[in-house]
Amino acid sequence: MYNYRYYCKNLHKYIHIVDVCFFTVSQEQIKNLYQRFQQLSGNHEKISRDDLERIPALNNNPIRKQIITAFFDKRNQHQNDVGSLDEIGFEQFLMVMSHFRPVNSTATEEEKAIVRKQKLRFLFNMHDTDNDGIITLDEYRTVVEELLSQSGAIETEVARSIADAAMLEVASTNVPHMAPDDFYEGITFEHFEQILKGIEMESRMSIRFLDMNTATMRCGKLSS
Amino acid sequence: MLNDVTEDQKNNLPVFTMNYPRIQIPFEITLWVLLASFAKIGFHVYHKITIWVPESCLLISIGLIVGAIMHSVHEEPPAVLTSNVFFLYMLPLIVLESGYFMPTRPFFENIGTVFWFAVVGTLWNSIGIGISLFAICQIPAFGVQDINLQENLLFSAIISAVDPVAVLNVFEDVSVNEQLYIVVFGECLFNDAVTVVLYNMFSFVAEMPVVEPVDVFIGVARFFIVGLGGMAFGILFGFVAAFTTRFTSKVREIEPLFVFMYSYLAYLVAELFAISSIMAIITCALTMKYYVEENVSQRSCTTIRHVIKMVASISETLIFFFLGVVTITTDHEWNWGYILFTLLFAFVWRGLGILVLTQIINPFRTIPFNMKDQFGLAYGGLRGAVSFALAFTLPDTIGRKQLFVTATIAVILFTVFLQGISIRPLIEFINVRRTNRNLETINVEIHCRLMEHTMAGIEDLCGQWSRFYWKDKFMKFNNRILRKILIRDGRAESSIVALYKKLELQNAMEILDTASGNIKLLMTKKFLAADLRNIHDILSKNMYKIRERTVAYRGKHALPNDSQTREILIRRHATIRRSLRPRSFQSSVSYLAQFICIILINYLFCWEHDHETLSEVAYPSQRSRFGKPARSSSSKAMIPLHRLGTLEEVPSTDVLNEESSSTGQGVFRTNSSYSDSRVPHPRRLYSLFDDNNSEL
Repeated sequence: MYNYRYYCKNLHKYIHIVDVCFFTVSQEQIKNLYQRFQQLSGNHEKISRDDLERIPALNNNPIRKQIITAFFDKRNQHQNDVGSLDEIGFEQFLMVMSHFRPVNSTATEEEKAIVRKQKLRFLFNMHDTDNDGIITLDEYRTVVEELLSQSGAIETEVARSIADAAMLEVASTNVPHMAPDDFYEGITFEHFEQILKGIEMESRMSIRFLDMNTATMRCGKLSS
Repeated sequence: MLNDVTEDQKNNLPVFTMNYPRIQIPFEITLWVLLASFAKIGFHVYHKITIWVPESCLLISIGLIVGAIMHSVHEEPPAVLTSNVFFLYMLPLIVLESGYFMPTRPFFENIGTVFWFAVVGTLWNSIGIGISLFAICQIPAFGVQDINLQENLLFSAIISAVDPVAVLNVFEDVSVNEQLYIVVFGECLFNDAVTVVLYNMFSFVAEMPVVEPVDVFIGVARFFIVGLGGMAFGILFGFVAAFTTRFTSKVREIEPLFVFMYSYLAYLVAELFAISSIMAIITCALTMKYYVEENVSQRSCTTIRHVIKMVASISETLIFFFLGVVTITTDHEWNWGYILFTLLFAFVWRGLGILVLTQIINPFRTIPFNMKDQFGLAYGGLRGAVSFALAFTLPDTIGRKQLFVTATIAVILFTVFLQGISIRPLIEFINVRRTNRNLETINVEIHCRLMEHTMAGIEDLCGQWSRFYWKDKFMKFNNRILRKILIRDGRAESSIVALYKKLELQNAMEILDTASGNIKLLMTKKFLAADLRNIHDILSKNMYKIRERTVAYRGKHALPNDSQTREILIRRHATIRRSLRPRSFQSSVSYLAQFICIILINYLFCWEHDHETLSEVAYPSQRSRFGKPARSSSSKAMIPLHRLGTLEEVPSTDVLNEESSSTGQGVFRTNSSYSDSRVPHPRRLYSLFDDNNSEL
């Protein structure tokens, strides 16, 4: 079902990619991901946005646009590029997925901090759509509106006031002594880290790439 | 005949008679309950005692004293610990409380671990201890050769019931990490169920002369039927209860009754079919709680929580009390060898069990247990009420029943006193991982939801079926179907919105708090009537909608008492009116301020319900604890109100211009208004509720 030879040739490269980020992953898991990649891309070498948008299970997710965009975001590739790609290959796919690996229990405190930072960075990039390094009020509003859009009865006004409240919270936690004429630009990455300081990311943002369920694999593409 | 008549007439109407036998039983029950409650009051006279010595120890000591008194006057203690009284009246209450106040989110996240430790751990313990004791019995020196394997297994099943009440209190005080807490809590709860099942099985087997392999298979099958059947019954009754409360809006006074009756019914029906009644009542409480708390009135909700806590507390107190009493008044059969080895094996097998089981399950956990957690788990294995009751209800056909009773009491006393007292310093010494409790901010809530959706999306993308997937599916099912059926006003609500409304409310109260002392009304030169109307519209739109929802209870520490709030509000009204000085351009603002306050006051009667995600941060507590979330930032949440600042200041007008232009939404440019409204947050807000909750 997948191009085994191509896969084997590049396996060491793939493992290297994921290992770079202090994650360890077994060959089994990389193979699973590769199978999924092949299925999503229709056995091509690259995935485009349309491929991901065709996944039916994602339809009900309120932030599906952001998730899909995250895959094509250059900032998630651990290089210092900005902008977005049109299509991604398996290596880039793997890079993005590596954000969600659980931390090895043998990792040191430093490594854990790095991992946590990477996960937070991923979330930050999801908000910061214009790549300017800060989350402005509008960007935050967009996210909150999308999150709440699923509940149906929420009007935009309520969503916006919630976003505003959240921004104020960040502002007051991080910049407690604002002068009367100060203008709070937006949430920088440091502020972002600060407000999410107490949450543990290890359990909330990790997936174990276990064996794929063949039923869902078949359902991964629309029949049309 | 005349004599008879006169003799009859000499029996005058008695002025004063006593008829003790008639009231004897209820009277004695009441006295015992009162005595135990006095003991509890007594402990809190010296606050420090309860920190260092767990309450169960103190209760047992008092029981010992009373038992000594009774023994010296040759009185018999009441037969409280017969099978029926304990299992039908006292145990359900304790278990109901644990089930009702279980923090659901951490529980479901750790459900695999909890069941693993509860089921497999208990099996390991009981079989291990049973076999080792049987081995010991073979040694002639101890003189216990007549105890056969079945009886040993029965005894070890009794001994392996863990009851870490004291430990849970310590864990809570120390804010130990959530995973450890929930595993200890869940294990205690479910292992009661497992123990009772094992006990029934083994006592049945103990009476059989010969055990065949078929019986073992049947035993295992029965185990599963009992467990799963209990759960099924519980869920069924839970849904029925939730459905019933949908229609109780006209009979608010008896709403709490439904909760109790249905849980108890679940328990009894499960007992009828000899399936696990503990599982039934726990699952009933878990299922019911979420829906019932949305349907019932706020007062009923309070009542339910109060009553559950009260009866559970009484039940537990009585049990420990009687443990003390019975220790003295019972005939004991002491056997050094057997009892000491029992103690030793109880320790050893628990420690080994935790070690081995953790090694096996750690790879499956995202946050593995480290050695310190394991130590906490192993050391927290105190024995308690259930062991005690089970020992007493051993059938008399068992030859060495007295020995078993004595051994059980010895183990309980030893673990409760020694481990209970020493666990606190030990936990603090080894510095178990703690948890951060102050996480109730909007940002945290938003980002938690964001993470959940992200993970669900990634899982869908990868074709994985994992935890987030199931949770997502369940939430959808819940919102689409269950809530419509079971809740009176079944609109789906996001937890973010719920939290926001709650924070707004607290915010409003804080403002009222400051308003009485020092009115800070910000106003602007360009405060037009149109702006006033705009703000009015926005406020009313956002607030009146919420008013229709049922009032609910935020948690045991934040219980608003209507009458007190009303009184405060009336006082606020008066203060506001008095302190407003009429000035030409400010009179409109003062009206606005009053108006806003009035709206807020109405708002206060419509507390938002807590989504399950919020209440789970609060641990169920046996002592009064006031979780004060960090509120330093929430006062900024209510933006339109913070346009109200000092009378003296003239803030930038663009604030309100923006407001009126964008229909008063999210102005988040922080200008002078910002610095003005940053008042120190008076904790008086919580003192309102403290008075109501100090007994909890």
